[in-house]
Amino acid sequence: MSKKEIAFMKGNEALAEAALRAGMTGYYGYPITPQSEIMEYLTRQAPEYPNVTILQAESEVASVNMLYGAGGAGGRVMTSSSSPGYSLMQEGVSYIACAEIPSVFVNVQRGGPGLGTIQPSQGDYFQAVKGGGHGDYRVIVFAPNSVQEMVDHTILAFDLADKWRNPALILTDGAIGQMMEKIELPEHYKFRSTEDMRAEKPWATNGRKDGRKKNLLTSLNIKSEDMERKNHELQAKYAKICDEEVRYESYHLDDADIIISAYGLSSRICKKVVDIGREQGMKVGLLRPITLWPFPSKKIDELAKKENVKLFMSIEMSVGQMVEDVKLVVNGRKPVHHYGKTGGIIFTAEDVLNQIKAKI
Amino acid sequence: MKDGYELVYKRPATLLDARMHYCPGCFHSTMHKIIMEVVEEMGIEEDTIGVSPVGCSVFAYNYMDIDFQQAAHGRACAVATGIKRSLPDKFVFTYQGDGDLAAIGTAETIHSCNRGENFTIFFINNAIYGMTGGQMAPTTLEGQKTSTSPYGRDIKNVGHPLRMAEMVSQLPGVAYCERLVLNTPANVRKAKKSIKKAFEIQKQGLGMTFLEVVSNCPSGWKCSPVESLDFVGEDMLKYYPLGVKKDVTANSN
Repeated sequence: MSKKEIAFMKGNEALAEAALRAGMTGYYGYPITPQSEIMEYLTRQAPEYPNVTILQAESEVASVNMLYGAGGAGGRVMTSSSSPGYSLMQEGVSYIACAEIPSVFVNVQRGGPGLGTIQPSQGDYFQAVKGGGHGDYRVIVFAPNSVQEMVDHTILAFDLADKWRNPALILTDGAIGQMMEKIELPEHYKFRSTEDMRAEKPWATNGRKDGRKKNLLTSLNIKSEDMERKNHELQAKYAKICDEEVRYESYHLDDADIIISAYGLSSRICKKVVDIGREQGMKVGLLRPITLWPFPSKKIDELAKKENVKLFMSIEMSVGQMVEDVKLVVNGRKPVHHYGKTGGIIFTAEDVLNQIKAKI
Repeated sequence: MKDGYELVYKRPATLLDARMHYCPGCFHSTMHKIIMEVVEEMGIEEDTIGVSPVGCSVFAYNYMDIDFQQAAHGRACAVATGIKRSLPDKFVFTYQGDGDLAAIGTAETIHSCNRGENFTIFFINNAIYGMTGGQMAPTTLEGQKTSTSPYGRDIKNVGHPLRMAEMVSQLPGVAYCERLVLNTPANVRKAKKSIKKAFEIQKQGLGMTFLEVVSNCPSGWKCSPVESLDFVGEDMLKYYPLGVKKDVTANSN
């Protein structure tokens, strides 16, 4: 066992280093601001990792399909992009979800719609948690709010993608991707040989061997009955993921009568909002979803039931997306408001506090 | 086998005894058979992974008894890149039609060829979108009638049919490129030799191996299987000339 490894790193680079330590076998990407450091870092480290494929593809459309092939062959695979590029991948994500190929995606969000701006944003929440591509499918979505969590969530994303045979997404933004913080890096995962991977993933298409029947990875279920059966299977898996994989952070929620919900970069600002509000005698608390899907619905329901809770306030760098999920759970029992900024403009704690005061 | 009879022709064991969905007279079944014959003869059925496209041959995996991945429309070369990069010692091939390879998937085709990926592309060029009901393809001939070129392909409006074998043979990453046809028993035997050669080059890791097969579509062309052979032999081969377009092993032989 080596001693703790402490580093001072940029979010994008820390994520890339974590992927290597998580035993990533293949990365397929395409440059786009503000996440290009991920592939730049990986290609710099490549000589140290001769068994890892790091390939710059001709497009995001190609890279997501390379992920399909390489993940289907039994590897631990990742791609990364930013908003417009992740949009291009959505067809592939849908195929991957249906064929149940473990794979890790990273969206370092920038402002949209369209080509938008390269400044940070949280405008891709709907795309991330509601599907993004066609059909009834779900992606496990992590929302890191620090460089340390870029590391931790990347490791977790690889493990949960494998555990559930499902795509997992790190939904972060240009600010977290670009900022530098002190982090602790985990040790490298044990190297997996081809035989290890064969044993871990008996469904993978790595050549039928030792009398096993052929493996097939497809998202085609042309008979209606087969397609519906597949959908029921997927939904049963998603229900289990909702039971087992919800992650959130509570900050001063016990006696809070004003509940802020915020994730990622917004949640860092909202922690300060809670601190300042409490200094001023306001009973304000923060619920920070760490997984955006599965969503911490039970916790929100519990809060909505409390008599002392006066209102919910969803703070996002968007015109209001996660607020819809908060409203779905609260279901009219308490007022639910939203405050946000877009285009890369980041609100201050004072802005948020003033908005809350205006609602009470 | 009855006494006194000698078995001279059989289905390869790697070609499953399944009822095919292909139309009568279609070359797909012949192509499936000779690929699987080569796989069986080379003894690589446990080491070969196929990638099927979107189009009539999407169901290729129902007939070939090897591991398979089914790709999104046009993305077979990207999927095969991911597989081959993960499993460089395995044999990997894509099986794609003209809409898949030469329209929606042109970028993936060109770039995987240009990178010199070590897999084999089987490109079935029948100048039409078969599965969706006979629409114009990037390889539809000038003047050829389809459901979306009802008065014949007008090159002033939609451009010229793409000669993919000639195009990709220009790329340094391509080791072997040949255009074949399956319209006679002699040509079928010739095609089988080329498939074997492609797999052998793949084994040596020399780069992309690309086999274009001029094919037919009696249903889409709205003619009988026999008439379709005439169209292949007389019209298709004029615009799509047969032959080896590139062979990096030629000088060493």
